[in-house]
Amino acid sequence: MTASCSRDHPDRGRRRLLAGAAGLAALGGGGFSIVELARAKDDDEAVSSLVRWGLLIDTARCATGCDACVTACDTEHNLEDLGRPLTDAQWIRKVDLEDTETGHVTSLPMLCQHCEHPPCVDVCPTGASFRREDGIVLVDKHTCIGCRYCVMACPYKARSFIHEALHNQRPWSPRGKGTVESCNLCVHRVDKGRIPACVEACATDGGDAMLFGDISDPDSEIATQLRAGPSTQVRADLGLNTGVRYRNL
Amino acid sequence: MGSSNGHFRTLKTNRGAYWLAIAMLGVLVAAGYAAAHAMETEGHWITGMNNQVVWGLPHVFAIFLIVSASGALNVASLSSVFGHPEYGPWARLSGLLAICLLVGGLIVLVLDLGRPERLVVAMTHYNFRSIFAWNIFLYTGFLLVVAVYLWTQFQRNLSEWTGRVGLLAFAWRFVLTSGTGAIFGFLVARQFYDAAILIPMFIVLSLLLGSAIFLLVSVLLGRWFEDGPGADFVVRLGRLMGIFIAAELFLVAAFHLTNLYAAEHHGVERFILLGGGAITALFWGGQVIVGALLPLGLLFLMPAGRLVGGVVAAAMLAIVGGLAQLYVVIIGGQSYPLVLFPGKRVTSSFHDGEAASYLPATPEWLLGVGGVALALLLVLLAIRVLPFLPDNRHFRSPA
Repeated sequence: MTASCSRDHPDRGRRRLLAGAAGLAALGGGGFSIVELARAKDDDEAVSSLVRWGLLIDTARCATGCDACVTACDTEHNLEDLGRPLTDAQWIRKVDLEDTETGHVTSLPMLCQHCEHPPCVDVCPTGASFRREDGIVLVDKHTCIGCRYCVMACPYKARSFIHEALHNQRPWSPRGKGTVESCNLCVHRVDKGRIPACVEACATDGGDAMLFGDISDPDSEIATQLRAGPSTQVRADLGLNTGVRYRNL
Repeated sequence: MGSSNGHFRTLKTNRGAYWLAIAMLGVLVAAGYAAAHAMETEGHWITGMNNQVVWGLPHVFAIFLIVSASGALNVASLSSVFGHPEYGPWARLSGLLAICLLVGGLIVLVLDLGRPERLVVAMTHYNFRSIFAWNIFLYTGFLLVVAVYLWTQFQRNLSEWTGRVGLLAFAWRFVLTSGTGAIFGFLVARQFYDAAILIPMFIVLSLLLGSAIFLLVSVLLGRWFEDGPGADFVVRLGRLMGIFIAAELFLVAAFHLTNLYAAEHHGVERFILLGGGAITALFWGGQVIVGALLPLGLLFLMPAGRLVGGVVAAAMLAIVGGLAQLYVVIIGGQSYPLVLFPGKRVTSSFHDGEAASYLPATPEWLLGVGGVALALLLVLLAIRVLPFLPDNRHFRSPA
């Protein structure tokens, strides 16, 4: 199985080399190594279902009050604070969980879970919500009619409807009034072989709690970590097979 | 100069009341359009909707009109499917109401989209896993089927087809209302939805609202302009509406009692039934008392239930109750926060773990009421142009 995967992924050798180089550059020790570098993709190259991008988030390393991931996401995609907290878009947010029995507080980032069976994609009447072959769930802003059924369907409150006109948009992150959006796993960076902005910021400015990689590559750091220890899917009862997994939750 | 078609006639009145009604409805339609225009140019931030309550008052009105459209066909179905000829004289108005109510509801739904100008995208890109995509066909198909149904009633040489097309329309109504209930029934993640019983709840709600609106419109047409339905007809249809009200109350009770049996639903039930503020008030006051207990008492326990006025009052109460019920289901269901981590107290900057505060804004009221006004305006104009109304000189019961 490993041998056939190696044939299917000619770039994996290069990726491991890059990952090793990134590991050398890592700032902190322990926990997750800083990053797993993504495979750069040519612009005209189709994405492959042999890859499944995902995240492993160690809540034990995610400090209450730290919002490095949120700030990085807001900057990367220019999610401006328009002063209306009820309607301002949030692609990633920090959620604090207090155990009502013990009082123990856990903090974690919540974002689109990039499900294998995403309810948002099922309910979208036009197919604007879709899942790429490599597992990234996206919204086609040209065919989104703004019905918000996906917002109703998402179990993770991961989607935002854009309630007003936006300015100073990033060219790599088109957004628009009247459409729905959510974390796109920094697809523009991933396709260039980089990691999502939140993961990068967590490693440098946060607790190094987020690991990004190809969970279908058994040799990847994330797959190794997932194999080595327990992890949790939020609302696993729904059977959505999320691409984002949590540890110590 | 009204024309007649067999035993049917057009509305011939030139009373000021008719033109005043046309003018007032026209103003409301224009205000609704202006509100929709403002929502499209400014964005939805000018409404009370937000990222927790993404479907607001316009959806309450739109779904109210859509389920009522299906139910408004009751009278026609009773005539041509269930073989009750006494309903036949009003079958045309029943079909007309069904079409007009559906058009009003769909317009509200479309104008509340984030990008209403992309309607053509919705007509050309389909994801058939989406119940919304199915509903596009169910709604437009219903318009077509009812139009053909009416055509067979207008064309004497096609009357032999009325029964068969009526049966198709009857079946279509159930599928259409099922599809509307399934919009909520299929939402797996939300505590208040994800229940198959929402489908029959929507079907019975449509039967009772359709009956109530038909009663109100037909009686008011008679009172204000020209002959309306006779007292026997009104009382009989009123009692049928009463049965639908009782059936809906039963389904609502079954829904909540089933939820109360499952610990995982205790939170949302406590919110709806006890601690949800306006939602709780609307449930007990609007849906249960005004929408069900009062009209049931009026229809079955009071002498007024045998009078046209009593039935009309019961119909008005049932309509208020139906709107309250849809508000509780649509707004209440969204207001209760998603449960991501059972057993944990959750807080975030995105209002996780909090009940949403939603207050409909003026543009939402204008858009919703504008949809109702459009439906009624279309009815008033259509009955003047084509013979939808029975000529009571021919239909007056000899008994």
